[in-house]
Amino acid sequence: MKQLTILSGKGGTGKTTITAAFAALAKNAVVADCDVDAPDLHMLLHPEVVETQEFEGSKLAVIDEGKCTECGLCRENCRFDAITEDFKIDYIGCEGCGVCTIVCPLQAVTLTKRISGYAYVSKTEYGFMAHALLSPGEANSGKLVTLVRQNARILAEREHSDLIIIDGPPGIGCPVIASVTGVNAGLVVTEPTMSGIHDLERALQLLRHFDVAPFVCVNMHDVNEDNTDKIMSFCGEHGIKVVGKISFNPVVTEAMVAGKTIIEHSPENMVSREIESTWKRVLSALNKE
Amino acid sequence: MIVAVASGKGGTGKTTVAANMALAINNVQLLDCDVEEPNVHLLLKPKMNETKPVYVLTPQVNEEICDHCGECARFCEYNALFVGPDKVLVFRELCHSCGGCIIICPKHAISEKKQQIGTVKIGTAAGMEVIYGELKVGEAMSVPVIKAVKKQIDKQKNVIIDAPPGTSCPVIETVKGSNFCVLVTEPTPFGLHDLKITVQVLEDIGLPFGVVINRAGIGDKKVYEYCEENSIPVLLEIPYQRKIAELYSKGVPFSLEMPEWKEKFETLFDEIREACL
Repeated sequence: MKQLTILSGKGGTGKTTITAAFAALAKNAVVADCDVDAPDLHMLLHPEVVETQEFEGSKLAVIDEGKCTECGLCRENCRFDAITEDFKIDYIGCEGCGVCTIVCPLQAVTLTKRISGYAYVSKTEYGFMAHALLSPGEANSGKLVTLVRQNARILAEREHSDLIIIDGPPGIGCPVIASVTGVNAGLVVTEPTMSGIHDLERALQLLRHFDVAPFVCVNMHDVNEDNTDKIMSFCGEHGIKVVGKISFNPVVTEAMVAGKTIIEHSPENMVSREIESTWKRVLSALNKE
Repeated sequence: MIVAVASGKGGTGKTTVAANMALAINNVQLLDCDVEEPNVHLLLKPKMNETKPVYVLTPQVNEEICDHCGECARFCEYNALFVGPDKVLVFRELCHSCGGCIIICPKHAISEKKQQIGTVKIGTAAGMEVIYGELKVGEAMSVPVIKAVKKQIDKQKNVIIDAPPGTSCPVIETVKGSNFCVLVTEPTPFGLHDLKITVQVLEDIGLPFGVVINRAGIGDKKVYEYCEENSIPVLLEIPYQRKIAELYSKGVPFSLEMPEWKEKFETLFDEIREACL
């Protein structure tokens, strides 16, 4: 079984549009939405949830007001400034480390479990999907990504799927690292803008750091052909495979408004054809990995 | 005054709004807290004056004193320590630097060492101070770098902060302490969905906010309906125009080439200032 992560560094380059199109084109793949704090893939794939799991992220400290003498030791030792002047726990700041529980001389502080989000296993028109929703403002998105990927693996084994397609979050930090570790390849979707190029380079460094094979796809390549050329020659110089160039077309937004993958919405459109040939190149490159 | 620019969905135009607003007003400090993928400096091309390393503290175990009792690993909520029969392994990337293992160790065998995870860069452009953070590639924790960028805040100035995308801890860390948050969205289903999540976060932390709709004209009208139903002010609309997209692609803040926009961004800032009074 192979795993492919779609990532980008910069947000809004078209990760989800492309992942959804791949889901429609793939035969026998499991899809995982690992952008757990702002997931969008479900708006195109309309999953029907078959199983919901509670996600326990970090714990939360609770002060027993009856026992607390406001000595201040917990506040002094908390490195997250999560204990307020009047000895309440700031639930946003608290990372559930438990330092307050061990420094309190009166055992007035305990750690409690909290539900930080939900993980889902769902069915779509194109096969099974693992996804999640982190409660707004929660930490530990990396841990939830790991749970989604674990669910995707279980599904893929059960369904005898040969591929997991992972829609990654933007950036290069904790949830992105959790989305790329141990996958066979990472497809970086970039755009021909200065920011797109800058962020592409950092995303490629990340893949190299974690020893993941890199592929690149230039979305909206015709917005700035000079920059597209720069990306092509950069990838050429570094021996990175460019698997596709996709044109800018308002039909992509129209498909999104209709809640459909571009493949389903406009199968004959040039963008659909370009994504289809990108998909074929990805598959053949993936089989060589 | 401190104004944060955030979005939920990535690529909606946070950096564009932050940079153009900063260029339209005086006495500005512009901070880029999207430390995973900082982009402000690509638009403003500041002359850099200073680079400061950002460190986190991670445990180191003195194996000569350690008797491998395992207390530290039992305590650590992040599974960053593994105690074997004769060796302790530290998984640095899982550590949150809480310092608990040092307190709990009965033998006082654990101390902390500094580990660099990123840098803060300080420069100037167009008469303003530009500061951005950069997380080292491969490092997971962006929050300490965000905190280091925010340490540079000069409250005497008009501080504009470009936030990272998303709705989780790096965003909260960035926007907290601000007087106002500008939410940049686009009129599409993805834009609206992620805007709603971000609004929930801001309501939770009690920060006043308003919306800027970028690429107006594409997609549908649902973002407008949502803002109206929930009495969320729409502060500014930036139409979808090929020229704006092309200028962005070249790394040019569009108000420099389209001067009529300078005034609009100035008005945007004035409106925010009034809303904060």
